[in-house]
Amino acid sequence: MSPEIFKENWELVVGLEVHAELATTTKLFCGCLNQFGNEPNTNVCPVCLGLPGSLPVVNEKAVYFAMQLGRALNCTVNRSVFARKNYFYPDMPKDFQISQYDLPTNSDGRLDLPNGITIGIERAHIEEDTGKTTHIGTSGRISGADYSLVDYNRAGVPLIEIVTKPEIHTIDQAKAYVSELRAILLTLGVSDAKMEEGSIRVDANVSIRDIGETNLRTRCEIKNVNSLKSLGRAIDYEANRHIGLYENGESPKQETRHWDENAGRTRSGRSKEDAEDYRYFPEPDLVPLNPSKETITKIDQELPELPAERRKELLDLSGAKPSDIALLVERNHDSFATETITSGGSPNQVIKHLVNNLPDGLGQLTPQTLAQLAQMEEEAKITNTQAKKILEELVEQGGNPSNIAAESGFEAIDTSEVENLVDELITSHSDEWERFCAGEKKVQGFFVGQIMKATSGQADGKLINQILNERSAKK
Amino acid sequence: MTSAIPDHYQSASSIAANVASGEISAAETLEQYLNQIEDNEKDVHAFNLVTIDEARALANEIDKLVSKGGNPGPLAGVPVAIKDNLCTRGIPTTASSKILQQWKPPYDATVVRKLKEAGATIIGKTNLDEFAMGSSTENSAFGPTRNPHDFSCVPGGSSGGSAAAVAAGFAPIAIGSDTGGSIRQPASLCGVVGVKPTYGGVSRYGLLAFASSLDQVGPFANSVKDAAIVHEVIGGFDPLDSTSIKEAPSPFTDLLGQGINNLKVGVIKELMGGIDGISDEVIARANEAVTALSNAGAQVEEVSLPAALYCLSAYYLIAPAEASSNLSRYDGVRYGLRVDGNNLNEMNINTRTEGFGDEVKRRIMLGTYALSAGYYDAYYGKALKVRRLLAENFADLYKDYDVLLSPTSPCTAFKIGEKVSDPMTMYVNDVCTIPSNLVGHPAISVPFGIGSDGMPIGIQILAPPMNESVMYQVAETLEQAGT
Repeated sequence: MSPEIFKENWELVVGLEVHAELATTTKLFCGCLNQFGNEPNTNVCPVCLGLPGSLPVVNEKAVYFAMQLGRALNCTVNRSVFARKNYFYPDMPKDFQISQYDLPTNSDGRLDLPNGITIGIERAHIEEDTGKTTHIGTSGRISGADYSLVDYNRAGVPLIEIVTKPEIHTIDQAKAYVSELRAILLTLGVSDAKMEEGSIRVDANVSIRDIGETNLRTRCEIKNVNSLKSLGRAIDYEANRHIGLYENGESPKQETRHWDENAGRTRSGRSKEDAEDYRYFPEPDLVPLNPSKETITKIDQELPELPAERRKELLDLSGAKPSDIALLVERNHDSFATETITSGGSPNQVIKHLVNNLPDGLGQLTPQTLAQLAQMEEEAKITNTQAKKILEELVEQGGNPSNIAAESGFEAIDTSEVENLVDELITSHSDEWERFCAGEKKVQGFFVGQIMKATSGQADGKLINQILNERSAKK
Repeated sequence: MTSAIPDHYQSASSIAANVASGEISAAETLEQYLNQIEDNEKDVHAFNLVTIDEARALANEIDKLVSKGGNPGPLAGVPVAIKDNLCTRGIPTTASSKILQQWKPPYDATVVRKLKEAGATIIGKTNLDEFAMGSSTENSAFGPTRNPHDFSCVPGGSSGGSAAAVAAGFAPIAIGSDTGGSIRQPASLCGVVGVKPTYGGVSRYGLLAFASSLDQVGPFANSVKDAAIVHEVIGGFDPLDSTSIKEAPSPFTDLLGQGINNLKVGVIKELMGGIDGISDEVIARANEAVTALSNAGAQVEEVSLPAALYCLSAYYLIAPAEASSNLSRYDGVRYGLRVDGNNLNEMNINTRTEGFGDEVKRRIMLGTYALSAGYYDAYYGKALKVRRLLAENFADLYKDYDVLLSPTSPCTAFKIGEKVSDPMTMYVNDVCTIPSNLVGHPAISVPFGIGSDGMPIGIQILAPPMNESVMYQVAETLEQAGT
């Protein structure tokens, strides 16, 4: 495959680190609730507050979730060891974070993007989240703050950190990777994966090199990226910054940089972090995780169908646009679509309704009622507008689409009736008809509008157009 | 007065029996011990805090239970002193450090809970070397504890307060923690029995961590049998401690009174003169112990534990490394002492500078260094190799021997102030006890006579993991021979 060109002779090299909060009921090492949005410091106990004498006990559900994700990413699930990452910060009650270091739970996997490109997964390890600090004062940062508040509700929430190999070479690939990973997390049900609420957080390691160059140049880690859009902007900004430096005969220094959404640029972060030595060592308060072969087999057997397979299935069945299909899989509406289509709903109508008209959920709608509705539409028994109205009712209360159509007076107007109306209109508006036949497209709207008016909007627009075209062809 | 040794000690088992039968109340028993404390505590300074009111309340509850005909538990009315690095709900737990500033835990350590459930009367919190770092209890922020046999001497450490409390008759039972010998060495120096259980045999939940992979909680008592009974109470699986062992060991008192006929005892030659620094007098006494066991029917042979030569070095890398991480949380943010500064970093530094004593700082620095990038393999990694090698050595020996024997401490109690200025001399005190911690095996120190200075000497019996019943069996024989 020929290398992707980022700009002139430069190739972009990106590795992503995604932190996803695992959707367990309780925290990673204690029985406190893993819940977002509670009163500060209410989901806390001696363990997650790191009180003297307290000890961690690992949440088996979190480990199971992590291994499930690992297998979904084609990783090897290893005997793994928790390690302490030591550094002082008030959001960490113990002043060390329990993470994994040289022996992570998952390693050496891959993720296939919808466009066929494969991104290597280096590792996916388990660690605990920190608390949340709020700095009170004009700066909003710790330096210059009048005082700071810490909420430890998030301290000890289970995270999985998924690290890619530096194999992402375009901004689109980076975005597609995160979307696909989100889809997998959602399919497995192991994370809420809400980027805006911070339940997944993405850091990008960005560097640049000459086309054809094989070594990796100095990278910068970009943090504080809160949406796919800002991920793209941040990578673009950072890559161009590197190019600018190299072109000036300078080079970037390895550091952590923060994305400033408003300014549209990255800024140098804590510079002391360069020199930070985390003094990792095996966590002596926990025993190694050593899943049996049986456990791994069980995970594999229980693994649900993954988004890629689900997309392919729906694509084969419907032939719809890949972006529409991806959206339905993400909304978890793909099996509904499949069932609707196999119940006789026309693929076009079914996908159209699910994508455009049902973003907020399906309510009382069933595959059978949607299939019926789609069929009525396909047979031109009802108009688009009518179908949408019936759909609203089906979502709210359920019921039978033909009955709803009848009750609402939506019975389709007979083709011959529409033909008569069109012919009458041609006679009474001969000037407009001449212009239409001469190819003046905008007059078409006049005719359609008049018929709609005469039928209180119940005639099928497509049918009107069809008749108009037939009449003009005959002329 | 220069010493405070009572004429005789009452055994915990007899107290429990008398309280349970109603012969004497828990309250009366408690007052006897409180009187003893009243008389001599000002000289000994075994306690950081005597919890008189709480103890009286506990004793009254036991008495109420007994009067109602309930089962008051195997330690009914037995006063127990708790090392001040074990959490006691609502009662200051200081680790003898300024940095905790009388912090009151919101929970009881599992060991404390189990003792209360067994009917024990928690009588107070005993002094220790700050965060259990030391071998003399001189590193306490609240002043040293004195050896009840001679007030001018140290009681050993780090559980010096607990050892002294039992020796002085302040409590029939005390609880300590042993990371490198912190129960056995003071037991030896104070002439009482001290046990370090198998790692994972007793819950560490609620023990203020020093070196998590080495720390173990255990009892002090005036007899081997009492120690075994208390060990039984505090031991067992705890879901709150991930390193706790699920399988139940055979009852510790099972083999008591059975003699040691045909048991095989290995005498570790490296700890009988092979390594420098162990006094001739102590070795001579250990040889008498060997003879005593042999006379009692055991087959005793000299054995070699080659890795013993490297244990002290390995220990002083592993323990400080873990400590440097465990003690990070004392940062002035959430609890304990806070010394302000111009910013967060300064506040952290000021708090820790003022809050920690010299020995704690020394070990934090040693440990931080040993874990640093570029040094990890050479120091911490190498120490872990010694640990594995040592485990292999032990495993080989236990194929042929039921237990092993060595002195507990290389010398008898030394004078207060004698070794404080030379940390290395102080560290050598742990040379015989450290191997058991590095491999997580159980060991006991049993009093066995006195030295020329009139101070007690202890003998150590080491046993395979989860095999404390045979350890107690041999220790009991030694106890009988020594008296």
